[in-house]
Amino acid sequence: MCGIVGLFLKDPSLEPILGDMLTDMLVTMTDRGPDSAGIAIYGAETAGNAKLTVQSDTPDEDFAKLDTDLRKLVKGKVTIRVTDTHAVLELQSDQVGEARAALKDIRPNVRVMSHGESLEIFKEVGLPKDVAERFNIRSMSGTHGIGHTRMATESAVTTMGAHPFNTGPDQCLVHNGSLSNHNSLRRRLRREGVHIETENDTEVGAAYLTWKMQEGATLGEAMESALEDLDGFFTFVVGTKDGFGVVRDPIACKPAVMAETDQYVAFGSEYRALVNLPGIENARVWEPEPATVYFWSHNEGPTAKEKAA
Amino acid sequence: MQSFDLEAQGLRALNTALHAQSDNTNQTVWEVQNPKGSHAIAVGLDAPIEVNVKGSTGYYCGGMNKQATIHVHGSAGPGTGENMMSGKIIIEGDASQYLGATAHGGLIVVKGNASSRCGISMKGVNIVVQGSIGHMSAFMGQSGNLVVCGDAGDALGDSCYEARFFVRGSVKSLGADCEKKEMRPEHIEFLKDIIAESGVDAKPEEFTRYGSARTLYNFDVDNAGAY
Repeated sequence: MCGIVGLFLKDPSLEPILGDMLTDMLVTMTDRGPDSAGIAIYGAETAGNAKLTVQSDTPDEDFAKLDTDLRKLVKGKVTIRVTDTHAVLELQSDQVGEARAALKDIRPNVRVMSHGESLEIFKEVGLPKDVAERFNIRSMSGTHGIGHTRMATESAVTTMGAHPFNTGPDQCLVHNGSLSNHNSLRRRLRREGVHIETENDTEVGAAYLTWKMQEGATLGEAMESALEDLDGFFTFVVGTKDGFGVVRDPIACKPAVMAETDQYVAFGSEYRALVNLPGIENARVWEPEPATVYFWSHNEGPTAKEKAA
Repeated sequence: MQSFDLEAQGLRALNTALHAQSDNTNQTVWEVQNPKGSHAIAVGLDAPIEVNVKGSTGYYCGGMNKQATIHVHGSAGPGTGENMMSGKIIIEGDASQYLGATAHGGLIVVKGNASSRCGISMKGVNIVVQGSIGHMSAFMGQSGNLVVCGDAGDALGDSCYEARFFVRGSVKSLGADCEKKEMRPEHIEFLKDIIAESGVDAKPEEFTRYGSARTLYNFDVDNAGAY
């Protein structure tokens, strides 16, 4: 099964409670998947800086003095904010490549969960309520975010198999469904030089989108070609710096409900996830169409583009 | 009228209370408050009672229903009315995927739209939709009637048997072995009655009938490509 939630705020007055609202939505979806949970939040940014969210199974060792150690290897300031097994490193945005390379040498057990200017991803094995509590998600503010609770089918229950997956700077992906051609696609992408870490099917979907965009496609174009190249069942929700997008495979058997008011656009695997949102009684509630790429952006109007079957 | 707060009293208590009703119960009208998209509301009923659900429902509302009338004052989640035997389900909003799947009898009325796989494998139920229906509707439909006042999505009636489909608007595409058929006087009569019973807004003459071309009933090697 798996449960997905997403919330895109139009009304800035709700931004301080984004984490709280998303946590409630995700906890409601717990019975769709108890294996692992994760949340991606688009929060505050500092001009010229980037954020690397990193994870370690031994945070006490790995995160101690990580900022001072990194500062010796990259230009500019490095700050660190540790929460449980995750830490958000903030550094000059032109130093991200150097920092990632340096991390491999000085902290080989540290894994990068996300990078971007505003994006932070927190995910671990466990129930949504426990994961949200560990990372203090309720207190987080932001403009939009997506969350996922997993019922594992295609690969092991691990932190790296949890969603959301970071696909590119400030981009992330959550998935409900299962891809059936992920093994052949993984081989193809690895031949193209794309780094894929796990045996997880969604990671392949995320890597596919990243690769398409590196080849020059926009995220919307990459999602449209995903409809051709990915075989299997999927409802994807993708987060971008200024908005989020939704696409379902042409069979569309994985559930999806959306609600829109003047204050927000919300996504849930089920209507249950949306019932406590403000003004839901009068919201426009609908199911996204199959094989159609939807986008909501803070900078542009909403779009919906149907891919010809 | 019996009133039941689902949020306070819980699903199991609701369904237990509804299952306890018999043919000659005095408690004939029930109201369910705060459904909030919960699953399995009023499933497996077998009494001539009326259940008014004041809000939207989740998976399988009214599944396996016999005799009861279930009125959803909101939208209904996936699998609503699955395997219904008799009685009636009325949905004021939209219905999610596989509405009335494998249902044997009774009537389901949707005032809004129904999603994909509406009436999949229907076995005798009548489904009336005021709006439009999604793709793969009535897939392998065996018996009963699907009446759509709006449009139908891709692959209507794929691999159907003797179920009948009446569509007022456009059909995006017909499924394998489903074809357009003539409207005879008995079809107009049938539509007149069911439109009246459902309370939808349409005229019988506006509909086109679709059904099985009956070429896939027995295996024929020339049809291998269609399977």
